[in-house]
Formats: sequence, structure tokens, C-alpha cells
Amino acid sequence: MQIDFTHKQSAHCENGVVSNLMRHNGFEVSEPMVFGIGSGLLFSYLPFIKVNYAPVFTYRVMPGLVFNRFAKRVGVKVKREKFKDPKKAKERLDHNLNNNNPVGLQVGVYNLIYFPDEYRFHFNAHNMVVYGKENGNYLISDPVMEGVTTLTEKQLEKVRFAKGAFAPKGHIYYPTSFPQKLELETAIVKGIKHTCRDMLAPAPIVGVRAMRWVAKNIKKWPKKLGPKKANHYLGQIVRMQEEIGTGGGGFRYIYAAFLQEASDVLKNEKLKDFSKEMTQIGDAWRDFALEASRIYKNRSGQLENYDSISDQLMSIAQREEAFFKALRKAV
Amino acid sequence: MKKKEVPQDKSQLQKANIKDMVYAVDENGNYVTELSTGWEPKTIALDNAIKEIEERVEEAKQRVIEKKTSPIEYYMELHKMDVPILASYVGLWQWRVKRHFKPSVFKKLSTKTLQKYANVFEIGIDELKHIKDQ
Repeated sequence: MQIDFTHKQSAHCENGVVSNLMRHNGFEVSEPMVFGIGSGLLFSYLPFIKVNYAPVFTYRVMPGLVFNRFAKRVGVKVKREKFKDPKKAKERLDHNLNNNNPVGLQVGVYNLIYFPDEYRFHFNAHNMVVYGKENGNYLISDPVMEGVTTLTEKQLEKVRFAKGAFAPKGHIYYPTSFPQKLELETAIVKGIKHTCRDMLAPAPIVGVRAMRWVAKNIKKWPKKLGPKKANHYLGQIVRMQEEIGTGGGGFRYIYAAFLQEASDVLKNEKLKDFSKEMTQIGDAWRDFALEASRIYKNRSGQLENYDSISDQLMSIAQREEAFFKALRKAV
Repeated sequence: MKKKEVPQDKSQLQKANIKDMVYAVDENGNYVTELSTGWEPKTIALDNAIKEIEERVEEAKQRVIEKKTSPIEYYMELHKMDVPILASYVGLWQWRVKRHFKPSVFKKLSTKTLQKYANVFEIGIDELKHIKDQ
């Protein structure tokens, strides 16, 4: 049994799932629109949580938040369920498919067989849509893939019940009710204000303050950790920035695309200039990643290199601070 | 980033036939999407992370051979896990998993407990007790 579902690739998995599920239900909403209204953009530094033996850096909000915020702001209701028992989780999934309802699933990446080995880490915040079942195989629309794919019952159960941080616990979600017409205008403004608030938050672990904190720490790394570990940490910043479906420079570009689209919806020409500036900030993030890669490529751990990259991050923080202060006033 | 500047470098994605989708600006300044085969700085970061894991696996293996740790730690590293992840897969407290790293404790583990680990690593108990090339 197969539901008539259109797969469209996206840059990031959660945006893609939401955008694809919305389209299936008759509402054309682009990936950047989902990301912007859902206030997906962020920077956060969690030095006390280690993943792959390095601190966590993230360029977007926690999994699930984008859809929740988006849904609330445009008036869509979302049903979410988690399970202890894999059998119940499977029953509920099959039940939805039998009712012609494609659903979003949160899954772990480690056992996702169609990913290359090198990308399979214990990362549990990946998202996909299941849109049918044929000969005992589930039909999978994974937004970061160009085309659709399939997984056996066993393979799907494994990724749905991956363990560790953010364990999905069979997490299944789908929209249940929709407004007559999507009111994007107010939703966009709310989304933008929220992102500005996050990025300018007076807390050291989020927004531009977190960027400054990382920049300060980078300078200390070679001495404090030794060149090997310092390089590993730096690599983690870049990997989190540019990992498959989680691009950080990439997220800045998605946000710039959102601002461009929002400018037309709100008939606010100023947002076009903000979009351009955000594009340039995205470019600056890429330059930062390129510079960082030069350091960890030759594994030198030379002090002056770390100093210069730290300055680079400081200046990005400066630009993003000015950007979000101005953007807050423009909407 | 301009559309024509979207990097098309070699990466591990190619062998799985995956391309990254990215947002970039076309000649008229409009945002469009483009596929990318990979970007070198990212590939280097990933390669380094993989090398790091391989080193950890090799180190763990040596320590098993020298009887300084149990094969559980070796298999944990081999599966890119750390103690919290392994503990949640086997459903034991972290301190118990750590204790099972001790060769003397490992030797006395019940078949039931060994089977739990073997299931997680998808191997037989025999393979769990004796790592390859030992």
C-alpha cells in the first residue's frame, strides 16, 4: 500500500519533513519558510556536554522545536507520540499508513543503512517521512536524499529505537488539523522576533554571546588541551557547521532565503537588504570553516593560527549582533 | 554564496550517491537550491574524526591484549560509542558498564549479561570474549 506522496529534497531534515507533509496536505510552504517561521536559526555552545569526545556546538534549535513553533504560529495542530514498546510503535505506524496518512519519524543515524559509513554516528535527531509499505518494506522519504528509499521492518525498528542522547523512542508525528488559509504574515513576524530574541539572549550559552565565548576559548585550546585535542575540537565546530543536513554556514543561507521570501510576503523591501547581509554572514562562516580546516589539516596547533581564527569568530559575532538588533526593529 | 561557487569537491558522500542540497544566490540575486558533491574543509574534518576513532579502537585493542581492559571497551569503541551510549543500549547503569571493563570482573560475568552486550554489538558470545587478531 502506497500513499501518493511527493518527495522533495531539502537542505535540512526537519524543515524538509514539515515542508513535505504540509505540501501533502495541500499547503505549499517552502523549506526556508518553515525554518524562518519555526525560528530554527541559533548558535549554541554546550561545553559541559560532550559528543564524540568534544563539546557540543549547534547552529540551530533543538529537534522538534521548528515544527512545534511553525505549527503554533500558522495554526496547525500536531500530534506527537513516543513509545516504550517497539511493537506498539509499529502498530501505530501501520495504522496511520492504512489510513492514508504519511507520518514524520525521529530516528537515529547510526543504523541508517543508506548513509555512508563515515556519516553514521550516534546522532539521534534525524527526521524522515514514511509514506507506505510494500511487501513488508517501508517506503521512506528522507529529506536529505535526492530520491526515496526503503527500509525493512527490522531496519526501521532499529533506527526508531536508537539509544543515547535524544533517543527517539519511536517518536512519530503528523499534523492533524489545518486552518482555512495559512496566515503567513503574523507568523513570519513572530518567527523573526523570536530568533532575534534567541540570538541576543543575555545568556552565555546561546546566541552571539555563545559565539564570543567559543572565540575566547579557541585561543586557550592549544595550550590547555595540546594540539591534538585542540584540532579535534576545531574539527567538531566545522563538522557541526557543515554536517550532512545540518549545515551551519548552510543554515545562515537558508535564513537569508527565508528573509528574501518574507520580504515579498510582507511587502517589506528592507528585508531584501537583510537577506543580502545574512548571505554575506553565511560567507563569513564558510571562510571561518575554511581557515579552521587549514589549521587542523596540517595538525600543527600553532598558536598564532588559533588567535587569528578566534578573531574571525569574534567579528562574525559582532556582525550577527548588529544584524539581529537591526532586524528586530525592521519588522 | 553564489550558485556557481557551490563547491563540487570529492567526498565520502559520492560512493553512497548522496548529494548535499544547499541554498545559493543566482545571477539575479534570487535564492535557489543547488546540489553539492562535497566540500573539502568538511571532508577533512570528517576524515580526521574517523582517524581519531580508528586510533581509539586500536588503542583499546592493545589494552585488551595487555589484559588492561575487557573486550567490551574495544567493541564499544568499534561501534563509535561512549559509556553513556553503551549503557543505554544494554540497559545498565554507567558505573556497571565501566566495572565490566575490568578483566577480572568481565571473566565472572553471567551468560545473560554477556548476551546483552553480544546483542548490542550483533556478535556471538564467543566473539565477545575473544577479539579477532588477539
